[in-house]
Amino acid sequence: MHATASNAATPLERSAGTGRAAKDARNDLIFGGVLKACALIVLLSLIGAAGSTLWLGQDAFRTFGWGFLTSAAWDPSNDQYGALVPIMGTVGTAFIALLFAVPISFGIALFLTEIAPQWLRGPVASAIELLAGIPSIIYGMWGLFIFAPFVATHIKPWLMNNFSADPPDGQVSWLVQHVPFIAKFFSSEYPFFGAGVLTAGLVLAVMIIPFISSVMREVFQTVPTRLKESAYALGSSTWEVVWDIVVPYTRTAVIGGVFLGLGRALGETMAVAFVLGNTFKFSLSFLETGSSIASTIANQFGEAQGLQRSALMAIAFLLFVVTFIVLLIARLMLRRLATKEGN
Amino acid sequence: MFTRKLRIAALVAASLFGMSAVQATDITGAGSSFVYPVLSKWSAKYAETTGNKINYQSVGSGAGIAQIKEGTIDFGASDAPLSSEDLTKFGLGQFPSVVGGIVPIVNLQGVTAGQLKLTGPVLADIFMGKVARWNDPAIAALNPGVKLPDVKVTVVHRSDGSGTSFNFTNYLSKVSNEWASKVKFGTAVDWPTGVGGKGNEGVSQYVRQIPGSIGYVEYAYAKKNKISYAQMQNAAGKWVQPTAETFGAAAATADWASAKDFNLIMTNAAGDQAWPITATTWIIMYKKSKNPSHTKVAFDFFKFAFDKGQADAASLDYVALPTSLTQKIQAYWNSDFNK
Repeated sequence: MHATASNAATPLERSAGTGRAAKDARNDLIFGGVLKACALIVLLSLIGAAGSTLWLGQDAFRTFGWGFLTSAAWDPSNDQYGALVPIMGTVGTAFIALLFAVPISFGIALFLTEIAPQWLRGPVASAIELLAGIPSIIYGMWGLFIFAPFVATHIKPWLMNNFSADPPDGQVSWLVQHVPFIAKFFSSEYPFFGAGVLTAGLVLAVMIIPFISSVMREVFQTVPTRLKESAYALGSSTWEVVWDIVVPYTRTAVIGGVFLGLGRALGETMAVAFVLGNTFKFSLSFLETGSSIASTIANQFGEAQGLQRSALMAIAFLLFVVTFIVLLIARLMLRRLATKEGN
Repeated sequence: MFTRKLRIAALVAASLFGMSAVQATDITGAGSSFVYPVLSKWSAKYAETTGNKINYQSVGSGAGIAQIKEGTIDFGASDAPLSSEDLTKFGLGQFPSVVGGIVPIVNLQGVTAGQLKLTGPVLADIFMGKVARWNDPAIAALNPGVKLPDVKVTVVHRSDGSGTSFNFTNYLSKVSNEWASKVKFGTAVDWPTGVGGKGNEGVSQYVRQIPGSIGYVEYAYAKKNKISYAQMQNAAGKWVQPTAETFGAAAATADWASAKDFNLIMTNAAGDQAWPITATTWIIMYKKSKNPSHTKVAFDFFKFAFDKGQADAASLDYVALPTSLTQKIQAYWNSDFNK
């Protein structure tokens, strides 16, 4: 009786069950496929963008060969182009931006998650998000009208007096006389002119601080209170808790945030075009004017024709390459760090 | 009473249906940013009287040329003329639209606007970096009585490709053989010295910030921002100030008669009163129209601008073309277009 009942019930149940399972499996497959397509769209559009800049820049690559990477020429009237100065300007300004933005963002995020009184956290956090929303042209105008003149009157003369071989006050400092090469990084033809690599880097730093600090703040908040409290219970200071608990726990996400900022710094156009000085002269100095890839394209694309247009496309492709290399180096560093810790 | 009601109804209907009531034609143009302010003012006036709208996008001369070659717009505008080969190849014609002046601006303490005197060759030497201090004998010889400081000259040029740079470097090429052979001219060149500001705004801002600097901007910018500019010696050897009269004189005395398709850059014009760095923007259209009704409106618009646009041009510190030139242009329309 029991057997027949179960026998009678089983096929029905089974068929319903298998039907449902098959449907589920099919739906999972579709869902998985949709997700995969979403992810692949990113990859495809990236390859498409890089490929089309390479395609449109092929004239320039073919004409100048590898010399395109090492030449500092940018001479539209004689159709001679080289990417060295824009590449250096791009990497240099982004480096300076990170140098200033990362520690400051770290401080902001720690203050907001660990130290700030409750009533202050909200306003400061909204202020940061507001900063992130300001369009870059506004930063460019601010840089041009307010910050560059400030650098010219207060920061640059001081730096040049102390670190350059040709200081405005005429007295070469002890440091420059005794430390070789340092003067190379702090020379400038125009001591009282604010625009340059350092200025552009600082403006970029202000622009990327909101990105980096808000990511850091978010991830610092994910550290379980239990971990921190245990460390405090063992007598750790706030600094020790942060350095030994919070930072290791969130490292990957923090570095992700830094790269978000770096990406913006490498590709920023308008702000840099206003405060970089836009010259194509090879120099190692932070105080000299320069060009970046993005600003060069923005400056010249509207009027460019023929080989010049192709050269602009070629440096656009190089921006992909530079960004890729920078990300690769960061990944490798991260992996080395992980192996060192034994993870 | 009845007719009045009817009239009101007609008026309401007309305003409701707007443009369609008068069968307006919208035409599109693109290119030079140099003419954008005056073109948009003209087209507003033109739309008021005819209902036809001109949509002009100021995307830069290069993009304007590319778009007219592709035939996606009704007219293009370029700060540099197209070559005869290009015009023939694409079946295009071109004519000047409006005149503007480019002035050297300086930041020199105690030197007032229009006081400093410069000749073309000295200006070229300054922009080559060969005259590097303000008290250089070459500048001092031109300016007896002006107290020139012992300050380094900082050159400020445009960083973006522009028609202003095109005309400025074209002028320097005409007055200096060394410039013509080494730097040449174009919307962007390899500047021998100096720093680059973005746009007229960037150049004038840099010049204000750097003591002892010299740059070049459209006259309207220098005038609006009250920046000190230099007077120039022109091709006839006369000293001239940048004014509407001297810009107009340059347009009138440039050698248009020998220029096919108005392919002539009017810098260093011959007239006694001509300002040496005067520029125009060329309007480029198909000689054999792809869309006759649009082309008809375009010609009508430019005729309107030539006949009635002087005041609007002047209010924006441009100079309308002299009548001698607009007559030539209209003759050119009749002879060369719609074949």
